[in-house]
Amino acid sequence: MSVDTATVKRVASLARIAITDAEAERLAPELGNILGWIEQLGEVDTSAVEPMTAVIPNTLRLREDVVTDGNVRDAVLANAPQAEHGFFTVPKVIE
Amino acid sequence: MTELTDLTVAGIRDGVRSGAFSAREVADAFVTAVSRAKDLNAFLVETPDHALAAAKQADEARAAGETLKPLAGVPIGMKDLFCTKGVTSTAASHILEGFTPTYESTVSQRLWDAGAGMLGKLNMDQFAMGSSNETSAFGNVISPWRRGGGDNAPLAPGGSSGGSSSAIAARLCPAATGTDTGGSIRQPAAFTGISGIKPTYGRCSRWGVIAFASSLDQAGPMARDVRDCAIMLEAMSGFDVKDSTSLDLAVPKWEAGLSSNLAGKRVGIPKEYRVDNMPAEIEALWQQGIDWLKDAGAEIVEVSLPHTKYALPAYYIIAPAEASSNLARYDGVRYGQRELPEGANLQDMYAATRAAGFGDEVKRRIMIGTYVLSAGFYDAYYTQAQKVRTLIAQDFEKAWGQCDLLLTPTAPSAAFALGEKSDDPIAMYLNDVFTVPSSLAGLPAMSVPGGLDAGGLPLGLQVIGKPLDEQGVLNAGLAIEERAGFTARPEAWW
Repeated sequence: MSVDTATVKRVASLARIAITDAEAERLAPELGNILGWIEQLGEVDTSAVEPMTAVIPNTLRLREDVVTDGNVRDAVLANAPQAEHGFFTVPKVIE
Repeated sequence: MTELTDLTVAGIRDGVRSGAFSAREVADAFVTAVSRAKDLNAFLVETPDHALAAAKQADEARAAGETLKPLAGVPIGMKDLFCTKGVTSTAASHILEGFTPTYESTVSQRLWDAGAGMLGKLNMDQFAMGSSNETSAFGNVISPWRRGGGDNAPLAPGGSSGGSSSAIAARLCPAATGTDTGGSIRQPAAFTGISGIKPTYGRCSRWGVIAFASSLDQAGPMARDVRDCAIMLEAMSGFDVKDSTSLDLAVPKWEAGLSSNLAGKRVGIPKEYRVDNMPAEIEALWQQGIDWLKDAGAEIVEVSLPHTKYALPAYYIIAPAEASSNLARYDGVRYGQRELPEGANLQDMYAATRAAGFGDEVKRRIMIGTYVLSAGFYDAYYTQAQKVRTLIAQDFEKAWGQCDLLLTPTAPSAAFALGEKSDDPIAMYLNDVFTVPSSLAGLPAMSVPGGLDAGGLPLGLQVIGKPLDEQGVLNAGLAIEERAGFTARPEAWW
């Protein structure tokens, strides 16, 4: 299957990964090869098959509706590239 | 007396208990071995203080006449995918460089609670994506093994748990944690002549393990023999309320249950695993494994797993899809690296951060995952892959009507040289052909060393079991181990 550079750029943008034109050129055949290889799944008849949801039967547990953590603001912020006044800081988003 | 670094986990545990040597002596020996083995690049961070503190506790407990913990005095290596409080945890990616968790993963905490100490954080393929350890942002791990005949080409230790496999094979630690999404414990174990088990999905908590593909990721131990794997797995397993897929089951006494008598067991040989171009040596080892298990009392039956050939393509849809979702969290806001070009807005910052922080293979998989999940393609790729996954699981269920265990080779070749496959992603992916199907079905599976190829490199045999039958898998592994008498070890050059 062939993937063009416009598709590569669209996917990169969806994935929030900046790529250059040269990278898009390089990635197009690479992704095309991989997608071509995985397309063989199309030949399997799955009309009567349910998609897998859990590999090992398990039940979703419920717990008491109580607060079990919190009050760890400094621990949460400890690894932030930039934190100020107890908040994560990002570039301005409102003009 | 043998070198302390030649001892197994059981040997260290028993020797510390009996007073044959102190935990401090053991820790010192391994700390020294680690510090001298920089050429292997197996460790990203060395934590001698952690190992020495655990040893001190063990020695003090013994002096006070207390009952020693199951892993008292045993220093281990920790794959860098596990978050360790106060010790940087990067998944071998630049995007997490400097990340110092403020919490401890459940599995590592269980090991510390059992008395183990940490020698350091082990290198790996970036975000556990790779089969050769060439995708680490902090350099390749080198296998301690070399081909015979003066061929000193650096070999792959396997991946993604390549730091773990290299360190154990080189006697830098007696055991280590690994994680397995599609073979990342078993294939590196096979490449380096050690043992490793991936338990049933849900046995080991995923809490605090940096996520790759959540429906597949499972932690497990790697060590030099089957008994050590059983000891480690007992310490690592158990219910955890913090992981919604954790199994609420008691942890069996796997070590006490070890038995290499396989009388009454039926072992299936899946005919679809006889792949094209399989090296004759792998065929021969497989046949040898069949003979060993017969000798141990097992009955051998041929079985069919008809959807085997679709396991890899299904895996390379499901795993990247889950990865693209899991790795969306690396945005340069909450942790890790941030890239903020002059005048960039928030969206630019995300894209620049991820472009600079992720390695090529990680980007490749995120993009494949994003593509197969994108509007218009979801059903054709992702839903179809999950349906094929159901068929693969059904293949195994049908096989369990005829047999109790399966025996296969672990990998289609011995270790290859670094660089040999890194230009061809699909050739690299094919390395996991024998390990991926059991991952997709969540089954326990282990690799044990079977012998050497003509070049003197280790080859592994894989045992796959029914859900929750780790004991059956370990016992068959033990039966192979006793008959293989695998004593080969790499000659120290590092």
